[in-house]
Amino acid sequence: MERQLNYLQALREALVHEMRNDSSIVVLGEDVRQALRGITKGCYEEFGSERIWDTPISEAAFVGLATGAALSGLRPLVEFQIGTLIYISLEQMVNQAQKLRYMMGGQGTIPVTYIVPGSGARPGLAGQHSDHTYPSLVQGGMKVVIPSTPYDAKGLLTAALRENDPVVVFAPAACMSTKGPVPDEEIYIPLGSGEIKKIGSDITVVAIGPLVMEAIKTAHRLESEGISVEVFDPRSLLPFDYPLFESSVRKTGRLVIFDDSNRTCGFASEIAAYASENLFACLRAPIRRITRADVPVPFSIALDKSVLPSVPQLEQAVRESLSESACEVHEQKLNAR
Amino acid sequence: MKADAGSESTQDNIAPGLWIELYRQMRLIRRFEERVIELVNGNEISGVTHEYIGEEAIAVGVCSALRATDVITSTHRGHGHIIAKGGEPKRMMAELLGRETGYNRGKGGSMHIADLSLGIYGANGMVAGGVPIAAGAAWASRIRKTGIVAVTFFGDGAANQGVLHETMNLASIWKLPIVFVCENNQYAVSTPVSYSTSGPSIADRAAAYGFPGHAIDGMDVEEVFLASRRAVERARFGEGPTLLECRCYRFQGHFTAERALALTYRDAAEIEEWRGKDPVSSWAAKLEARGVFDSAKKAIVDSVVEATLDEAVEFARSSRWPEASEALNHMYVTTYAGLPARGSVWNAN
Repeated sequence: MERQLNYLQALREALVHEMRNDSSIVVLGEDVRQALRGITKGCYEEFGSERIWDTPISEAAFVGLATGAALSGLRPLVEFQIGTLIYISLEQMVNQAQKLRYMMGGQGTIPVTYIVPGSGARPGLAGQHSDHTYPSLVQGGMKVVIPSTPYDAKGLLTAALRENDPVVVFAPAACMSTKGPVPDEEIYIPLGSGEIKKIGSDITVVAIGPLVMEAIKTAHRLESEGISVEVFDPRSLLPFDYPLFESSVRKTGRLVIFDDSNRTCGFASEIAAYASENLFACLRAPIRRITRADVPVPFSIALDKSVLPSVPQLEQAVRESLSESACEVHEQKLNAR
Repeated sequence: MKADAGSESTQDNIAPGLWIELYRQMRLIRRFEERVIELVNGNEISGVTHEYIGEEAIAVGVCSALRATDVITSTHRGHGHIIAKGGEPKRMMAELLGRETGYNRGKGGSMHIADLSLGIYGANGMVAGGVPIAAGAAWASRIRKTGIVAVTFFGDGAANQGVLHETMNLASIWKLPIVFVCENNQYAVSTPVSYSTSGPSIADRAAAYGFPGHAIDGMDVEEVFLASRRAVERARFGEGPTLLECRCYRFQGHFTAERALALTYRDAAEIEEWRGKDPVSSWAAKLEARGVFDSAKKAIVDSVVEATLDEAVEFARSSRWPEASEALNHMYVTTYAGLPARGSVWNAN
């Protein structure tokens, strides 16, 4: 039987492997020596104080520090204890780290990896601890990956640490304790390579991060009803695997996007826009987006379900999509004139 | 405030061989900026530029205390720092004119000139934006034991930015080899430092972070040089950061367009008083008093400066504009299909 690791162990294995092979990797963040979030467990003991740096609660400064150190030849990994700390650092991430190489006319490299362990909604933590900030980062041109399985977590963190541009790795809260097969040897998943996590023929569901598992479970359930759902996991939001996405939608002709980020100008909006521009002719039903509502995630468990994207919404969207044909609707409208 | 730097340093002096070079660099910055104003007003430089006129002693004094491998980060008012750290006027001028031969291939302009090979980690359009980046270079120096010192230039306006204070704290607890150089030219655009800034002085704020802060005369290149040399040595020996508050004045407005706005935050008498402390002419006068400089020698240096700038302007004007297709290059080291996206329909296949 293949070796099983949980998601957090897979991330740690990638980090330790890369740190052993590349002495320029240094880690900085809050409480990383004690490994509060778990990724750096054992790293301080193995790599010592010159490679594992606890920072004061000064996110803007330590993100900027990583940029300057990267321009000087180090490869820093910045750990954000909470995903929304990115808002505090946004100027140093998007306006500095991401723009500098371009604005300097191609001088220098800024190989910084930022990791957000426990991103997205976490029950009972309310709005300021539950955002998924990747749409803002993607808008800023930042490379972003969001692995959904332990295998992908190991392979994508490895790739991020080797990339010579800034990359943000989202490790969703809902994925952190999941288990799966992870080989002992090195895994490298190139940025921009998505994966069909379940093959189907009737409809494509693009599911992101923690929603991939939910989509796969839903697909298996619907199979007994004779509905064949294909689940596409982009894994990397920027760059995005458009060719694989396109081939899936061309095959199925129907598209639902299942995304735990905001609805307005969220990530699903971009995928929907791309599909309508490029795949209009092969779409047989309107594109549907299942996203968060545009409010902060409320604290009460009685409320958060009505805000977050859910499996019942996904099922409903799949059924609706399959029940109609855009061409037929269009034809009826034409005939009515 | 002069006594602060001077009291510890009665033995200090500048090697006489450097005296005239300091004048030449300050004169070059002054005349570079005057040429820039002409080019902005003649619409050859688009946008706005922020002139360094009046503050030349700081860039020249600080950078003369640095090694070629040391790192600086600069500000929106950055031309002086770039020149003092060894930047070529012709490639700077080409950047200001948006040409492909510019330091940033026309992608940065006045507020972003960088040359990593000279340790210039960029001018920066965000107030205090370069401060933690310089600290990152200092942090890398500490980890790699390269002996490199980083200097971050910033204005009195940046003294009230949170990221500066975060970085001063970090630099202190990690004893980073960095010098914080505040150019206190008395105004953040139109807001006087006396209005915006609490406490006895900006220099005094260093005490809160446990490292020395000195207020020095930023109009006196000798004083700036000597204070910088001590701060840089201290950093290089692993003793941690220093804050230098260089008190100075910009003779021009905040930016080139200010004259047209008819702002009234400074009166003519104040400007005239500071012009009386002109760092370039006062240094020339000092050298004359020391018997090493006279009008004939000055004329020679000045003509060399003019020739350099004539060549720079000519180089910029005759350089090619970048190809339009270049606009999508240089964003990433590793590019992927469709990245960066174009602003029109893009199809992956």
